[in-house]
Amino acid sequence: MTASNHRDKEAVIQVRGLVNSFGNSVLHDHIDLDVHRGEVLGVVGGSGAGKSVLLRSIIGLNRPKEGSVEVFGQPTSDDIESPAMRALEMRWGVLFQEGALFSSQTVTENIQVPLREYTSMSQALLDEIAEMKLAMVGLPCETGHKYPSELSGGMKKRAGLARALALDPELLFLDEPTSGLDPISANQFDELIAQLQEILGLTVFLVTHDIDSLRAVTDRIAVLVNKKLVIGTIEELRENKDPWIQDYFSGVRGRAALASMDRPTEEAR
Amino acid sequence: MTSLENAAEPEAWFKLDREGKKLAVGGAWTIAESARLDKELAALDLSGRGSVTIDASKISRLDSAGAWLLLRTRRALGDAKGSDLHLPDLYRPLLESLDQPRKSEPHKARIPPGFRGRLYKIGRTATHTFFQTVSILGYLGRVTVETIEAFAKPKHNLRVAAIFQQIEETGINALPIVGLLSFLIGVVIAYQGITQLRQFGAELLTIDGLGIITLREMGVLMTSIIIAGRSGSAFTAQIGTMRVNQEIDAMQTIGLNTVDTLVLPRIIGLVVALPLLTLYADIMGLLGGAIMCYFDLGVTFPAFMRELQQALHVQTLMVGLIKAPVFAFVIALVGCYEGFQVERNAASVGLLTTRSVVESVFLVIVLDAAFSVMFSVLKI
Repeated sequence: MTASNHRDKEAVIQVRGLVNSFGNSVLHDHIDLDVHRGEVLGVVGGSGAGKSVLLRSIIGLNRPKEGSVEVFGQPTSDDIESPAMRALEMRWGVLFQEGALFSSQTVTENIQVPLREYTSMSQALLDEIAEMKLAMVGLPCETGHKYPSELSGGMKKRAGLARALALDPELLFLDEPTSGLDPISANQFDELIAQLQEILGLTVFLVTHDIDSLRAVTDRIAVLVNKKLVIGTIEELRENKDPWIQDYFSGVRGRAALASMDRPTEEAR
Repeated sequence: MTSLENAAEPEAWFKLDREGKKLAVGGAWTIAESARLDKELAALDLSGRGSVTIDASKISRLDSAGAWLLLRTRRALGDAKGSDLHLPDLYRPLLESLDQPRKSEPHKARIPPGFRGRLYKIGRTATHTFFQTVSILGYLGRVTVETIEAFAKPKHNLRVAAIFQQIEETGINALPIVGLLSFLIGVVIAYQGITQLRQFGAELLTIDGLGIITLREMGVLMTSIIIAGRSGSAFTAQIGTMRVNQEIDAMQTIGLNTVDTLVLPRIIGLVVALPLLTLYADIMGLLGGAIMCYFDLGVTFPAFMRELQQALHVQTLMVGLIKAPVFAFVIALVGCYEGFQVERNAASVGLLTTRSVVESVFLVIVLDAAFSVMFSVLKI
């Protein structure tokens, strides 16, 4: 197991001394973060704490004030068309909050966009792969012919996930995948992510508000509080003395969501 | 171009043994190799071979695209008994998760192909245009009724502050662009008139022509088109965005009349602002022409004014100005109407804003032609 342990500890994302600020307000104050291969890291924090900005800084959509971000050992930059960034971009998939599907294209065409950009597949194979990805995220075949405006919020997110998975990425970024979904759909989405993560061996960077998601899918949690990151497992964080973290995990919602964890069952997954 | 194809990985391969009973598969079956594998597998004729075993135990890496190709190959071998797939245990869950029967119904295209499709499109456009005309006429009726009600009970229904705000936004704020463009049009008309009429030695008639064209047609038409592009589109975008944000729904649940609060101030504001803008545009156009005449013909400003006075009557000005409130009403009505047609997605706002501008410019020009016909019948 030692070999695989070593592999587990390989940092896929490495953030060092990250500073982000808007105007006079500092959002991130020298943040360090390692995300290891094969783990699911949940990122939580209050509204406006800068969760999404952290994600955007990692994937190169936001240029940080200071600090370095490396993904797969490559520094990321906001020059998204540089060869180095393109090499990274085909190894990760990003699911934005509302799915961010291209509204002028059908779902199938949306899924095929990255495939067309990076491979020279025949149209028949493109269609088969798109159909397979739809099946993977649990959408029926006929969804492929629909336009994003004809889909419900949950379906848009699934379709967005299918597009994020199009190139079989090793690393998946999810920005609040369960926000705006009803609890049943949210649970299904959590299960889907856990399932895909297990089958495909993905590393997942999950930004969320949803304490149920955290319990269901994450290995470790990074809490953005007071411009810094506090990282640990749920159990470790529940011991943390910080008032916001205490509130988050021991408030009414937190307790309810975590109550099932304290029971010695395996149903957590 | 960076491409998945030049990723450094052991090459994927497959080999059929001599008896054709065993397909050995190995290497990295990943998305990077899938395009090539797809072509090569297609070249391999697998039908009617009976049982073929796929031995994938030498696979070093497998992702979902590769797994799909394996799965497809196995399916192509048919349900022939004895066809089997050997795969490292690591990749079994992936393959099993993909290997689910899915009933795929052939997709019926929304628009049938060929001649029927063209017929369908014509019919769809025709019915759509018809219903839209009916709907906009209905809207015109509603706005008319609400306007009368508003003037009957001005205290409650007439939003005076909002009207003045619209006059400022659509009128005063448009002064620079309307003035500049009208001035330039005046320069252009004068220049063309001078060069053409000089051939007949009738350069001075340029001033008459300039005056008549500017006051009767150019001033009001240019202003209306600029305002349709500037304010008509803004009306659609503003109201459309409010619809996307559900602000309109919120107003209705509070009991606010959206025509009173959103439409009437815009219509009344524009109906007041556009004639004033037109007068201003007329002046700027004549000014541009006067400057051109001074430099090209040496006609001084007082001489220009005297010439203009002989050519024009008050009626010439009025013929132009009378059209302005009508155009303003149409531009504002179409702008607001299209704004309310916006559906709850962002793309819809852009689409309807474009449509609003095209429709109002179209209607302005059609109405202008109708006015011309009417004036010529009335011999004005």
